Amino acid sequence: MAVKTLTIDGRPITAEEGATVLQAATEAGIKIPTLCHLEGVYDVGACRLCIVEITGTTKLLPACTTKVSEGMEVQTQTERLRNYRRMILELLFAERNHVCAVCVSNGHCELQTLAYSQGMEHIRYDYTFPKWNVDTTHRLFGMDHNRCVLCTRCVRACWHIEGAGTKNIAGRGATSKIITDLNQPWGDSDSCTECGKCVMACPTGALFQKGSTVGEMVHDRDKLEFIVTAREKKQWVAAD
Amino acid sequence: MSAALITPQKNRIQAVLQHASGDKRFKILEVHMKKHQFRQDALIEVLHKAQELFGYLEDDLLLFISYKLKLPPSRVYGVATFYHFFQLKPQGEHTCVVCLGTACYVKGADKIINGIQDKYKIKAGETTADNKLSLLTARCIGACGIAPAVTYDGHVAPKQTPEAALERIKTWIQ
Amino acid sequence: MQLDELKAIAEKHRSSRKKIIVRTCMSAGCMSSQADIIKKNLEAEAKAQGLEADVEVRRVGCMGFCGQGPLVGWDNSGEHGLWEFVKPEDAASIIAALKGGECKVQRGDPKHPFFAKQMHIVRANGGIIDPERIEDYIAIGGYTALHHSLTELQPAQVVEEVTKSGLRGRGGAGFPSGLKWGTVAKSPGAKKYVVCNGDEGDPGAFMDRSVLESDPHLVLEGMAIAAYAVGADQGYLYVRAEYPLAISRLQIAIKQAKQLGLLGAGIFESPFNFNVDIRIGAGAFVCGEETALMASVEGKRGTPRPRPPFPAESGLWGCPTLINNVETFANISAIINKGGEWYAGIGTEKSKGTKVFALTGKIKNNGLIEVPMGIPLRQIIMEMGGGAPDGRSIKSVQTGGPSGGCIPADYLDTPVDYESLTKLGSIMGSGGMVVMDDTTNMVEIAKFYMEFCMEESCGKCIPCRAGTVQMFNLLEKITQRKATARDLAKLEELCDMVKNTSLCGLGQTAPNPVISTLKFFRKEYAELLQPDPFGP
Repeated sequence: MAVKTLTIDGRPITAEEGATVLQAATEAGIKIPTLCHLEGVYDVGACRLCIVEITGTTKLLPACTTKVSEGMEVQTQTERLRNYRRMILELLFAERNHVCAVCVSNGHCELQTLAYSQGMEHIRYDYTFPKWNVDTTHRLFGMDHNRCVLCTRCVRACWHIEGAGTKNIAGRGATSKIITDLNQPWGDSDSCTECGKCVMACPTGALFQKGSTVGEMVHDRDKLEFIVTAREKKQWVAAD
Repeated sequence: MSAALITPQKNRIQAVLQHASGDKRFKILEVHMKKHQFRQDALIEVLHKAQELFGYLEDDLLLFISYKLKLPPSRVYGVATFYHFFQLKPQGEHTCVVCLGTACYVKGADKIINGIQDKYKIKAGETTADNKLSLLTARCIGACGIAPAVTYDGHVAPKQTPEAALERIKTWIQ
Repeated sequence: MQLDELKAIAEKHRSSRKKIIVRTCMSAGCMSSQADIIKKNLEAEAKAQGLEADVEVRRVGCMGFCGQGPLVGWDNSGEHGLWEFVKPEDAASIIAALKGGECKVQRGDPKHPFFAKQMHIVRANGGIIDPERIEDYIAIGGYTALHHSLTELQPAQVVEEVTKSGLRGRGGAGFPSGLKWGTVAKSPGAKKYVVCNGDEGDPGAFMDRSVLESDPHLVLEGMAIAAYAVGADQGYLYVRAEYPLAISRLQIAIKQAKQLGLLGAGIFESPFNFNVDIRIGAGAFVCGEETALMASVEGKRGTPRPRPPFPAESGLWGCPTLINNVETFANISAIINKGGEWYAGIGTEKSKGTKVFALTGKIKNNGLIEVPMGIPLRQIIMEMGGGAPDGRSIKSVQTGGPSGGCIPADYLDTPVDYESLTKLGSIMGSGGMVVMDDTTNMVEIAKFYMEFCMEESCGKCIPCRAGTVQMFNLLEKITQRKATARDLAKLEELCDMVKNTSLCGLGQTAPNPVISTLKFFRKEYAELLQPDPFGP
């Protein structure tokens, strides 16, 4: 495998050809904030938090889908980027009803962690207070659309890792919604295998195990990566 | 997959296939799907045909399509709700589509839509209680040269006014 | 099919032509005013008045002057004329007029600046040939450019010719077409695709509809030449469901071309195969974005994906794909027939050829025009368009739809080319030109476009999905006189963020109408602001 050399935030770095800027940065211990990115499933470049500046292009590019190239100069922490990231987070908080104090994932939420790490002090935009429901019809899991950030991690985990295709996005724009089958109660789903991978994938308290109370819901995302790595590298051949 | 996972109440597809077998339109739709070799990328073409046959896309119909094209129902529903052309609810006997493209807008399309909304007490996208009239808006039907344009039951009418629109609708609702 | 057979069809069709041709515009605009009945009546009258042998009543595509429609034109031994605002009951007097009789129907002036200043390449056959008869297209030299390409040019030479012409994408961004074609041609892969983007979603634009309705074979021929040049054998023509007439004419055109062996396997007895399928859009503006359009062609939700990889390298089903707009393809056969150098001689240094515009809004002469690039905006608006009606004055011209901006009347001397319009904060766009008079409230216009973008946002990326909502809310607050200077600052900051961080062109350009109206009409915003109780 050919190796590319590049600099990230001034540090010289080597990365394998075909690697993304995010992979290269992570390997070098440079942290780029992400939200829709999830180890184990393909990237969609949708949340725009991992945008970086690359010398020679005027466009800001998402680190998760941009491939490294020889001599690339990447900036991940400029004032402009930090400002944009804060604004994106504020937009998310204003978009739905994210009330950390009463959330099952309080303390274990990626959105919350991002807000802290990016120095979000307050939300400048008017809350839209949309009316979303909570689906608790499933035997094991629940979905609180108020906490959903539409990162589609659950959708990708369901299609890509489990292969069930139970979850998808319906509608468009701000009224987009994660659905189960034909937008029916989760408990009535024919296709759901009850594997729980969507719950593991969720960055916030939108998907949770039933019975969790405030702050109790910890998403086990490493399990997904473990399964995918094992599958891709054929680590489990047979259980003889 | 273990059969124990699927409870009889959940398994809707059997009921849908049963229902479809007694309706000729499902047969026509299936022929259309066959013409596309049941290809999954023909989903949008199939949805167009389905809406043409049934008027709108009800759940059973979407489930039937997903079963025949071997697509998860969530994909079919996701696609059907992404495109505004697809209607998931039944429409009224008559439809009135007011074009809200820029040319129509600057020439007073908003007044036409307000006029109809006020008179029939419905908002755009709604149908009157007696199921006579559905009021819809379009994002430009490309008839800008004759703006403002309104489509009445599929026929485009040029240079409309609120009065002309209400006059036309009156002939539908007696 | 061989060249001599093609020529024979053309010759036969030409020789059977009648002396007088009465052309009835049957494009969507005139059709809405009963053009179909007008044509039927004209035919019946020609028969009744004993002119059946001399008069051909022909269905034609758009003549451009849509605001004066329905239009009926006539050609008689080298002379031409035009009737405007024709009604079905006028048929008798129109036919009588052909024999020198009295006719009270309003006569159009073919020397009117609206027509005189135009230059037709894309619309050369619009309003002249019958779009539903391939013989009409062949009779004026149709499909000879395809024949020439297949038999006398190497694919690389075709790309070279397009490069030489300086043609740039007519969908809005203006990417050099030759460069794009070359990239697809060079991309490795056994399977390649050509896609025609006919998802003309800009409100206030109907150029592509008109071309597809008036001259479908021109677009098909352009696609076939492109396919030969890049090495594709399958094409998709993506058309909006809002254009049923264009769809049905394309279906007819594809069927006819297949029957004559001008599409399908072994075209002109060469090893070149090319099939075209129509894909019907379903009402999503974002599908005009190329990656979203490809997702839609694949039968999926029309959401865009990050580029690179560009479609030229990895497009439909991962194969190299050439995506061009309808108007771009419509330029190809003229470039092949007359040469890239001829084409490069028209227009400005960086913007070559002609551009079709839909001239609408508060303007006297509504319709479609094709003008050489670089023509001053003033000539289009004041001379061809005749200025604002009802004695009002022009305030601004909006180009580029929801991705464009408003050009104030002070800048009417700007030449119309890609760079000049971009410099003013607008864009060429696909060619919608909506004129606004002094009664138009510019903040309302900005709000109108923002609402459009908010409703058309696919919802995939956060800046566009949530940002357009907040920007719309702020604009609403301003128009309701509830906003302060702080809100305006917030709006500007959001414009900058959404423009720079959104995933696709829709989000990246959504703030443009706000930015450009703020640039030129800031006073109108300022007048609506309220004092801030918490200080400045």
